[in-house]
Amino acid sequence: MSLVSEGAELARNRASSVDQGPSIASVSDYVALMKPRVMSLVVFTALVGIMIAPGHLHPVIGFTALLCIAVGAGAAGVLNMWYDADIDAVMRRTSARPIPQGRIAPGEALAFGIVLAAFAVGVLGLLVSWLAAALLAFTIFFYVAVYTGWLKRWTPQNIVIGGAAGAFPPIIGWVATTGSISLEPCLLFLIIFCWTPPHFWSLSLVRADDYARARVPMLPVVAGPEKTRRQILLYSIGLVPIGAAPWLLGYAHAIYGVTALLAGVLMVSFAWRVRCEREGERAERAAHDLFAFSILYLFVLFAVLLVVEGSVIGRAM
Amino acid sequence: MEEGPKRIVLSDEQKRSRRARSIAIALALGALAILFYVVTLVKGPAVLNRPL
Repeated sequence: MSLVSEGAELARNRASSVDQGPSIASVSDYVALMKPRVMSLVVFTALVGIMIAPGHLHPVIGFTALLCIAVGAGAAGVLNMWYDADIDAVMRRTSARPIPQGRIAPGEALAFGIVLAAFAVGVLGLLVSWLAAALLAFTIFFYVAVYTGWLKRWTPQNIVIGGAAGAFPPIIGWVATTGSISLEPCLLFLIIFCWTPPHFWSLSLVRADDYARARVPMLPVVAGPEKTRRQILLYSIGLVPIGAAPWLLGYAHAIYGVTALLAGVLMVSFAWRVRCEREGERAERAAHDLFAFSILYLFVLFAVLLVVEGSVIGRAM
Repeated sequence: MEEGPKRIVLSDEQKRSRRARSIAIALALGALAILFYVVTLVKGPAVLNRPL
């Protein structure tokens, strides 16, 4: 079935959801719209930004900043699902989302996303910092308008450039504490920015047919799996020095540096396996393993930073 | 006698969903009010100071 006819079916679903009268959407449907798994990564990286920044932030203000960043990320997720409902309807991975299923009408999702974004930015500005609020507003705009509305359907570099949206939270966290931007949070930005392509491309290698059906120009669809595997390896190799950069530039303890280097080498070995395993189930498993390890990679790097640089014990080392 | 406008009759599932959504909105608004109250206590007079 073509995307056009799938889209028509979605339109019918939307119409039937309107015909049903009052909404049957549950609270969990609205939570699902906010992409809670993506939110958890955003919250964690923002927390690291808050904790490793010099200076003191009252725990209540820190919690407020974290809450606003989380809600802002949720708003971006809601607006993404509103705009991408036609794509979500034809992809197996996303077809069970609330809008394609007709449980939430697109207009309701749009209103929900706008209200959340306005509250997140407004409260962050009023209670924490207007610079942090401005960065959060820009992040939401970048994810919704630049990535979702433009890059995603236009270029195979969509997730490379769009990855910037996911890389901003540590900077916002840092700004919430210090009130200004410096090189250290920009390094954290760079780590997430360079981590995003191998992370997403390993998933899209496995889901290439899904993306092709939805006419999303992901790299494996446009350039083929071979070139994607090469790009994954190149980005993974580039990630080794970038991951260790906070230590190399003297901002982080050697414990972080050694961890980053070891994790980076492991990431390259997983990417090498993806490069070598090209056929059948073994290729799929290699891509899946890299995807899973990439999540662990980012978590470990930021967790070590949090413990070594962000805790009282770590700062005494 | 003339009939009034047709009334919408909610199913049990719609009533349950509406009640759950209403409770969630009430909790969110309550939490927001508490958050503003606590932050005002924490910041004191500085709550009016909002530098960039």
